[in-house]
Amino acid sequence: MVQVDKVNFEEEVLQAKGPVLVDFWSTKCEPCMALLPDVEALEAKYGDQIKFCKLNVLENRRLAISQKVLGLPTICIYKDGEKVAELTKDDATAANIEAMIKEQIQ
Amino acid sequence: MAAEDMKTYDVIIVGGGPAGLSAALYASRSKLSTLVLEKAKPGGQAGTTEWLENYPGFPGGVKGPELMEHFAAQAREFGAEIIKDDVASVDFSGEKKLVCTAGGGQYSASAVILCPGAEPRTLGLPGERELRGKGVSYCATCDGDFFTDLDIVVIGNGDAAVEEAMYLTRFAESVTMIVVHDEGILDATAVIRDRAFKNPKMKWVWNSVVDEIRGDGIVESVIIRNLKTNERTELETNGVFVFVGTVPNTQFLSGAVEMDKRGYIIANEQMETSVDGVYCAGDARVKYLRQVITAAADGAIAAVAAEKYIHEEEGFREMVLAPASPVMVCFWSPTSQESLDFMPAVERIAEARAGSLNLVKIDIYKNQRIAGRYEISAAPSILFFNKGQVCERVQWPTTEEELTLVADRVISGK
Ligand SMILES: Cc1cc2nc3c(=O)[nH]c(=O)nc-3n(C[C@H](O)[C@H](O)[C@H](O)COP(=O)(O)OP(=O)(O)OC[C@H]3O[C@@H](n4cnc5c(N)ncnc54)[C@H](O)[C@@H]3O)c2cc1C
Repeated sequence: MVQVDKVNFEEEVLQAKGPVLVDFWSTKCEPCMALLPDVEALEAKYGDQIKFCKLNVLENRRLAISQKVLGLPTICIYKDGEKVAELTKDDATAANIEAMIKEQIQ
Repeated sequence: MAAEDMKTYDVIIVGGGPAGLSAALYASRSKLSTLVLEKAKPGGQAGTTEWLENYPGFPGGVKGPELMEHFAAQAREFGAEIIKDDVASVDFSGEKKLVCTAGGGQYSASAVILCPGAEPRTLGLPGERELRGKGVSYCATCDGDFFTDLDIVVIGNGDAAVEEAMYLTRFAESVTMIVVHDEGILDATAVIRDRAFKNPKMKWVWNSVVDEIRGDGIVESVIIRNLKTNERTELETNGVFVFVGTVPNTQFLSGAVEMDKRGYIIANEQMETSVDGVYCAGDARVKYLRQVITAAADGAIAAVAAEKYIHEEEGFREMVLAPASPVMVCFWSPTSQESLDFMPAVERIAEARAGSLNLVKIDIYKNQRIAGRYEISAAPSILFFNKGQVCERVQWPTTEEELTLVADRVISGK
């Protein structure tokens, strides 16, 4: 997964061609740590059709808030610089994320 | 479903919080094959609690995630397996208990220990659902960081609410508690209350409730209503943390075991539920105190009770139900003099028919469940089994002559 932060978010996510998934996480968020292996498994499966990024909110709090992310875990998909889909908290399960990816790559 | 798709264990534990991990430690240490099914990271609610001050053995406190990693490691040390999956349904109707997961897993076990714990209660306020993860939170350790130098509101005033609010003051500029009670009154215990009142970042709004959470995409304000005056005021805020108790995670059971009106599972001192071989431990149970230490204690008790159950049932199956030749079962009790006096006669009958009739003695006090299943209420009582079925029943009072006649009738198969 591509590590994104306040420096490269614009380039890697907003300017990117094709859909981009961003996993907003932090080392202090236990549910995020539990979810990470699932997201990595999804990258192995769909990585050729959608770009996978992760953003540690601890060092990028303002950036997260600017993306209207104020809770973890949150998984968003961006297309052409716009957020087009999002799952947060309990809804951010492996099954739901996979369904969201499938919907966005058709 | 094909039998080979089904994985079989002695004990399956649903939920890997403090209760489930303690049960797993005890079960695996007594050599039972043990599976824990946990939908998230092992540790449960305690794994998302920053700091535990009241778990014995750790003066100065211990970090919740760290303690829970130790719980999990110790269970694994004795061979417990922990699989990440969400239990979606159960079938406890047969002798083997079946458990199915959202991930498509199918498991069976002789005994099941239910430790699904609880999750935060939501209030159902306008805006609450929509703004979840957008400033509305139920977990301080998960989301607290976001609110560095920002202003937040906390709803609730019990121990957990006040402690979590205090934790949030490490990040936030101010934490405003909305309290339903009169000024100075909290549900939290005195030690916690006094500490909170001294914290300069804590602010208090008394006699009030939150009616609504507002914001466009992220939380912007709450509408507070004063219960005395009914006056509604809007308070600007960046976040709303809700700590108003918990609800048990027992919906997946669809009533497979007995529960109270609120969905908490009813279990006795041995953690036995209404279904034989199914146990419950921890926060999901009807109980007086919901803490890590009581969850761990429940887990230990449930595992020991489950172990005893498995061995009793196995023993009964091997000795009584499985044999090809007839079995005479004498239910006795050390407190029944008649049963002690009559035992030599029972033994004489069995010895004379060794090879064609086996004798099994069952203490009805120690094996209440098996005695109950065959409706044995007094000792002595004698049941004859043939190929797993009861074929004759002799009630007290009886005589050696009568029992001899019945025994020979069973052996001859008439
Ligand atoms: C904010 C807060 C602060 C607290 N502070 C303290 C404290 O300072 N000291 C203290 O002693 N206690 C504290 N507690 C209470 C303590 O955390 C709980 O009593 C304890 O965690 C209960 O343990 P449990 O194993 O019964 O359930 P839980 O900890 O709730 O664990 C249940 C586990 O089961 C899993 N699960 C549920 N359903 C399923 C399913 N269908 N399939 C698979 N897995 C499932 C869940 O993911 C979870 O991991 C606090 C609680 C909260 C909420």
